[in-house]
Amino acid sequence: MSKVLGAVEINRERCKGCDLCVVACPTDVLLLQPKEVNNRGYHFAFAADPDKCIGCASCAAVCPDACIEVYRMVVK
Amino acid sequence: MTPQDIIRPENKVYARPALLNENNMHYCPGCSHGVVHKLIAEVLEEMGLADKAIGIAPVGCAVFAYNYVDIDWIEAAHGRAPAVATAVKRLDPTRMVFTYQGDGDLAAIGTCEAIHAANRAENIAIIFINNGIYGMTGGQMAPTTLEGMKTSTTPYGRRVELNGYPLAITNLMTQLDGTCYVTRQAVHTPAAVRKTKAAIRQAFSNSMDGSGTSVVEVVSTCASGWKMTPVQANKWMEENMFAKYPLGDLKNTVQQ
Amino acid sequence: MEEEVRLMKGNEAIAHAAIRYGADGYFGYPITPQSEILETLEAEMPWETTGMVVLQAESEVAAINMVYGGAACGKAVFTSSSSPGISLKQEGISYIAAGELPALIINVMRGGPGLGTIHPSQSDYFQATKGGGHGDYHLIVLAPSTVQEMADFVGLGFDLAFKYRTPAMILADGIVGQMMEKVVLPPARPRRTPEQIAEQCPWAVTGRPATRRPNVITTLELDSAMMEKHNERYQQTYRLIEQNEVRYDEYMTSDAEYLIVAFGSIARICQKSIEDARSRGIKVGLIRPITLWPFPTEAIRQLSRRVKGVMVVELNAGQMIEDVRIAVEGRVPVCHFGRMGGIVPNPQEVLDSFIADFPDSRH
Repeated sequence: MSKVLGAVEINRERCKGCDLCVVACPTDVLLLQPKEVNNRGYHFAFAADPDKCIGCASCAAVCPDACIEVYRMVVK
Repeated sequence: MTPQDIIRPENKVYARPALLNENNMHYCPGCSHGVVHKLIAEVLEEMGLADKAIGIAPVGCAVFAYNYVDIDWIEAAHGRAPAVATAVKRLDPTRMVFTYQGDGDLAAIGTCEAIHAANRAENIAIIFINNGIYGMTGGQMAPTTLEGMKTSTTPYGRRVELNGYPLAITNLMTQLDGTCYVTRQAVHTPAAVRKTKAAIRQAFSNSMDGSGTSVVEVVSTCASGWKMTPVQANKWMEENMFAKYPLGDLKNTVQQ
Repeated sequence: MEEEVRLMKGNEAIAHAAIRYGADGYFGYPITPQSEILETLEAEMPWETTGMVVLQAESEVAAINMVYGGAACGKAVFTSSSSPGISLKQEGISYIAAGELPALIINVMRGGPGLGTIHPSQSDYFQATKGGGHGDYHLIVLAPSTVQEMADFVGLGFDLAFKYRTPAMILADGIVGQMMEKVVLPPARPRRTPEQIAEQCPWAVTGRPATRRPNVITTLELDSAMMEKHNERYQQTYRLIEQNEVRYDEYMTSDAEYLIVAFGSIARICQKSIEDARSRGIKVGLIRPITLWPFPTEAIRQLSRRVKGVMVVELNAGQMIEDVRIAVEGRVPVCHFGRMGGIVPNPQEVLDSFIADFPDSRH
C-alpha cells in the first residue's frame, strides 16, 4: 500500500508567529517555538512532529507571509 | 525517511509565487492582506498575466501593496481607485487592470467611484477587503463595522441610531447591470483560500474577456484592530461577520 | 487633417486642438461655462479616428483621478472644468504634481466664491498659481486671451507638461471660453505609439515586461528624509521652469510712462483703454503675462524702473497684484482695478480708474 509523505520548509525569519498554520494543519505537525524567537522577535512556526506531515499544503495556503513551502512524495 | 529526503525540487507541491518579492510585508501577524496578495501573485503567474497586469493600490493598510507584488502599480487617492482603473483600462484595453481596496476606501469615501465604474461595466476587477474596521489609521469605524462592534470611534459599540447600518456594498453592486461577477469569499481556512483564489482567477479572466466589472469581496480579519489573536479573529469572523456578510457567489452572468 | 481656418468658440477650439495634438484621453464633467469642450469631443467622436478616449465621468473628482491614472500610463490626458469643479479637482491635481506626472487641466473661470455665477471671472488666480491643493507644488499656468491661444496652449501645455513631468493648466475665463473668433487649427499629428511611450516615458505604468523592474506611481513616502528629497526634486524642476518658460506679451511699452498689467480677456480690453489713453496724450503700455506661473517678474521689474506707476487690472478683487508688487519692489505706486462677480468692465471704466489713480498722468 502506498503512503504519502510530506515535509514543510519554513522561512523562520519571514514568519510572524501568527499561529494560523498551526491551526490549519490537519495532522498537528506544526507548533510555534515556545521560547526561541527570530530576528524580528517572533515565536516562529516549526515542524514539531514532521513525521505526521502529509504535504497537503493547508499551512502554506493560509500563511499570510508566504513563508511555507511544501513537499510531498508517494512511497509505494 | 527524513524531511531532508522529501525536501527535493521534484517533490515541491507548494512554492512561494515568484511575483511575490522578498520584501517582508508590513502587515500585522495573521493579516488577511498577506494571503490575498499571495493569491493575486499566484493567479497572475498562473494566467501568464504578469506583464499585462496593472494594480491600483488604495489608501489604507494595502497602500503598500506595490512593495510586495512585482507588477506595475499606481497608488490612488483615497477611494479613487476605480476611477484611476477606468482610465488605465480604457486607454489600453489589453492590460489586466484591478483595484485592491479596503472597506473604508471602497464603501465609504469611494462609494461613488466604485458604483459608477461598475455601472459603466468597466472591464476591471475589484478586490475588496472587508474587515469591518479602518486598520491603517488605528481601528476606527468602517461603513461595514457590525452593529455593536467596538472600534476606536465607536468605543461603546456601533449604534445604528448614531452611525447607521453596516453597509453590504457588494450586494448593492449586484444590482448594477455593469457587474458580471460579484462574489464574497474569505481566507480563514485552506478551503476558503482555494475558493478565493478561484474567484480572483475568474475575475481576472472576466476582465481580459471584456465581460464587465467583477467584484471579489474577501471578508477578512484585522486582528490588531479587533484586539484579538489571529486565531481568535478568524473564529470571531466566522461567528459574527459571516452572519451579515454570508459567503458565496452573489451574481455570475458569465458562461463558464 | 490639414491646417484649417475655422470660426469657433474658445472651448470648441480646445477640443479640436486636443484631437489634432494626438491627445490620448479626455475625462470631464459638465459645468458652465466650459461644457462645450466635452460636448465638442463627444460630437467629434475621436475614438473613431485617432483612438482618443473621451469619457463623461461621474464627478470632477473622478475625472481628475482618471487623468491621474492615464498620466501614470504615460498617456497625454486632460480634463476641463470651471472654478467650483476645479476646487473639487485639487486633491487629484496635488497627487499628479507629487507623482511627477504630465497632464493638462483647463479651468474656464467663473465668478465665485461658492457656486458663484456662470459669468466670467479671474478669481482663481491664487488657486492656480500658488499650488491650489495641499503641499508645496506649482502648476505651469498658461493664460490665453484669444481663441487662437486657447487652441495653441493645448499643444504648448502638453509639451511643457511632458518636458518637465508636471501638470500644466490653461487658466482661461468665461469670455475666452464662450466667444467666437477665427482660429487656425494645427495639422493633426498621430498619437504616440506604445513603443514611443515606453521610450519617452520609461517611468510609465504599462504592465511590466520581464526586462525591467516594476514601475510604481505613488505619492506616499513615510520616510521624512526621503520625502524631503522628493520635495527638493520638485523644487529643482520648478526653478528650471522659472528659468526657461516665462512667457509674456508687451504692448506699447517702449515709450510708456505708466504700465498696465493684465492677463486673459481683460488684457484685450486694456489694449483699447491704452489706445484711448494715448489719444489723450497719456503714455501707457501693457504687459500681459502669458505664463502666470512662472510669473514674468523680471520683465515687470525692468519696466518698473522706468515708469511712474503701475495699474493691475483683473476680474477679481486683487490677486495678481501681489505678484506685481513683488516685482515692482515698491519703486512706484501699484494700484488695482477689478470687477467681481462676473462683471466685465469696458475700456472707458478702466481708463477712468487709471486717471483717478494717476491724475498726474495727464500732461
